[in-house]
Amino acid sequence: MEWREEAIVLGVRRHGESSVITELMTRSRGRHLGLVRGGRSRRLQPVLQPGNQVQVTWRARLDEHMGTFAVEPTELRAARLMESSLGLHGVQLLAAHLRLLPERDPHPRLYDGLRIILDHLASEGAGLSALNRREGIAAGEMILRFEIELLAELGFGLDLSCCAATGAHDDLAYVSPKSGRAVSRVAGAPWKEKLLPLPAFLVEAVPSSAADVSAGFLLTGYFLSRHVFEPRGLEAPSSRDAFIAAVAMDASPAGERGL
Amino acid sequence: MAKSIAGPEIERLIQLLAKLPGLGPRSARRATLQLVKRREQLLAPLAAAMATAVETVKVCSTCGNIDTRDPCTICADASRDHSVVIVVEDVADLWALERAKALNAAYHVLGGVLSPLEGIGPDELTIRQLVERIAGGGVKELILAVNATVEGQTTAHYIMDQLAGMDVRITRLAHGVPVGGELDYLDEGTLAAAMRSRTAM
Repeated sequence: MEWREEAIVLGVRRHGESSVITELMTRSRGRHLGLVRGGRSRRLQPVLQPGNQVQVTWRARLDEHMGTFAVEPTELRAARLMESSLGLHGVQLLAAHLRLLPERDPHPRLYDGLRIILDHLASEGAGLSALNRREGIAAGEMILRFEIELLAELGFGLDLSCCAATGAHDDLAYVSPKSGRAVSRVAGAPWKEKLLPLPAFLVEAVPSSAADVSAGFLLTGYFLSRHVFEPRGLEAPSSRDAFIAAVAMDASPAGERGL
Repeated sequence: MAKSIAGPEIERLIQLLAKLPGLGPRSARRATLQLVKRREQLLAPLAAAMATAVETVKVCSTCGNIDTRDPCTICADASRDHSVVIVVEDVADLWALERAKALNAAYHVLGGVLSPLEGIGPDELTIRQLVERIAGGGVKELILAVNATVEGQTTAHYIMDQLAGMDVRITRLAHGVPVGGELDYLDEGTLAAAMRSRTAM
């Protein structure tokens, strides 16, 4: 068995003295594990960093075997991701989220989203400690949309298209914690204490603020916890809190605290 | 199943030596053969040294280094600048920095890095002890000498967050071109980092 595809490195686990078990995200084969012989060598260690893009060739005798990867770097983003806490926590959070998916289950939309977000985090403007406030919020917004897409791909998608009570498409301000459907400001007013706030930028083409992004993470955090983490006996990854804090710090007047 | 070629004691010695880094079953067999051939000159002193090490080796309660005394030789060395603490992942990194003789400072060994994939969280490392050490006062600079990997740098940022508000200067090792390195063979990330950290000549 053999295939060849572009992939993004999510993480590695040591295997023996010189090899690693590498976790990759591919577009058509989803999250895939494989052994990389010599993965701890001086040549391959920089390549097998989370966030890097590689051309991978997978080989195994049978399809159900874990198999071995031969990797060649195509785009090395890790060094730039390491320049800011936003980039570091961002890539760790994305990898943690993708680990919730079953192995070898294709999720092309998540792969495309992952690639776009990593490019943004590693871009000249976003990967450096001189990152500006707008780009930090944009990174937060992108990962928030990634979480909404992740919920949908796991079968717990939110319906933010119209009000669950009236069918209205305008002035959607809340989300029902029970159904995951949007509720308009007027219809939700009597129960607003029990409803989750819906940031406007998720349903309209309006610019987002740091507070909006923070409210968005509360929304996705609630549904991720209820539908994904709690049923599996997991806790939200620590990188999630760290990323949200990095976005907030980045948006604050003091800005990014680089090393 | 392959037949044993030696008694169980020797087989056991081969099995244990084969677990050491750099040794496989074949090289462990060769090492064992050397040891048993030179029983008086090599095997007996080695066994005695290992028995002594088992009895005396301990982890330093101050920095997490491995030594035969607590506090370790480095922490007890009054000639070192204890106001500067170098944070390393592992004792092997401490030894590497000591070999380089780059700085006559104190150390703190984390015992690893944060790794979600391997299930290593902050509680598995000595980060809490480091924070207590800094809070105790007397440390002016903390050098985060962790590996230039995503996990290493995530750990560095985590430590930085834990020390927020404390009166200590936090620095990290430079990233760039290694001595003897050829630009053509470096990855673009390292080259970009080196270019950004360029210094005046």
